[in-house]
Amino acid sequence: MSQRTPLFDAHLAANGKIVDFAGWEMPINYGSQIKEHEAVRSDAGMFDVSHMTAVDVRGERATAFLQQLIANDVAKLGFEGKALYSGMLNETGGVIDDLIVYRTSWGYRVVINAGTTAKDLAWMEPVAARFGVTLTPRRDLAMIAVQGPNALAKAAAAKPEIAALIESLQVFVGLPHGEWFVARTGYTGEDGLEITMPAAEAEPFWNALLAAGVAPAGLGARDTLRLEAGMNLYGNEMDDNVSPLAAGMGWTVAWEPLDRDFTGRRTIEAEKAQRSAGGAGLLKQVGLVYEGKGVLRGHMKVVSEAGEGEISSGTFSPSLQVSIAMARVPLAVKLGDTVQVDVRGTLQPARVVKMPFVRNGKKVFE
Amino acid sequence: MSTQIPSDLKYVASHEWLRVEADGSVTVGITDHAQSLLGDVVFVEVPGVGDVLAEDDQAGVVESVKSASDVYAPIAGEIVAVNETLADTPDTVNSDPYGAGWFFRIKPANAADLDRLMDAAAYGQEIGA
Repeated sequence: MSQRTPLFDAHLAANGKIVDFAGWEMPINYGSQIKEHEAVRSDAGMFDVSHMTAVDVRGERATAFLQQLIANDVAKLGFEGKALYSGMLNETGGVIDDLIVYRTSWGYRVVINAGTTAKDLAWMEPVAARFGVTLTPRRDLAMIAVQGPNALAKAAAAKPEIAALIESLQVFVGLPHGEWFVARTGYTGEDGLEITMPAAEAEPFWNALLAAGVAPAGLGARDTLRLEAGMNLYGNEMDDNVSPLAAGMGWTVAWEPLDRDFTGRRTIEAEKAQRSAGGAGLLKQVGLVYEGKGVLRGHMKVVSEAGEGEISSGTFSPSLQVSIAMARVPLAVKLGDTVQVDVRGTLQPARVVKMPFVRNGKKVFE
Repeated sequence: MSTQIPSDLKYVASHEWLRVEADGSVTVGITDHAQSLLGDVVFVEVPGVGDVLAEDDQAGVVESVKSASDVYAPIAGEIVAVNETLADTPDTVNSDPYGAGWFFRIKPANAADLDRLMDAAAYGQEIGA
């Protein structure tokens, strides 16, 4: 059964083309994905991300709960408002979901993906019971991401009550304002905000953002922007069978302290040792750039001298005007190498590059 | 937004349109409905002039940011012209699908093949327009 966010009518009013996304009726674009992409890179765009789920965590042992649950260490959150990106792993070291945790006055807020919400909660609840913490999925909230070089100024203009808070936010910090929660986070490689508010206040805020000159942007643009930014998408770059080490998420795993026995640790620790020893058969994540005809897509086969790999996400990059992709390839493949990609039946050369491809509107790879 | 289905063209279910030219050749492109489903077109591959195709043979590829789709020969025949400008301006397929965004011209092997194609009303029904 498909679900609608509190902004569904606003999407129709803005000519949004609605598609099914993880059981939600969401706008894929409002006319042109490329124009929406460019609006975010050059000015400001907004995305309805209300389908994601904020889960509040309360209880004396909330910190211990999260230290068990996720691969990154919430003890790193040195002050209220600080955010942390992490994978939540299963026992075999696969990624159940990737998420953001905020330290809050009541404990923590965890923001999880739309398509994995039911699975995540089913995983989290027994652990929560063991630690005596309560989980509150905040289905009463809506979330709008405002992204781009002018996003902060335009969001402040649209909602003057939160202007001072926006001004005060460091990158990757989120703080409440009454029932609202304003975070300087995003998924586009631009400066920006993810703003959470009571469902009934979403549409007036959306309309105020429109009036402030923020362009509505659909899930299509969200995908090309995040790919240019080299950011993982759950279900593409990782899933229950892909380890964070194969998905370029090694930096999100907190190995110290050594005695923090988070779920999945033993498996990925063994994998880490194998990788250090050369890791035959193991894969790592790289970026690919393809300047030939056609477009790299997910699941295309990658052929290298060291063996085969696979593209996890590929697209045409509106900012770079070439095709780019994220791929999992054998460990021996190096930056600067040329690999072959099976593009619709013929092997085509693509260059291996360090991600991200684009940051703050500019090409960043060599 | 209503989709455009010009009444002077013929259509096939795989969303190609056909226009019979004065010299008997047939111009082929993809419909407004098809371009709208694809989204921003970023790359088009057309067949070679002189290629002889059977009905439903692959006659090219149209790639949008979102996905790649094959383009098929809606009738059998020989390719007599292709739209070279699509290599540099593939987005013409979005902005002018029935005009400057045409793909190729084919000389029908059998003119009677044209009689079996859908008219605008039938195509409109096909896509639920």
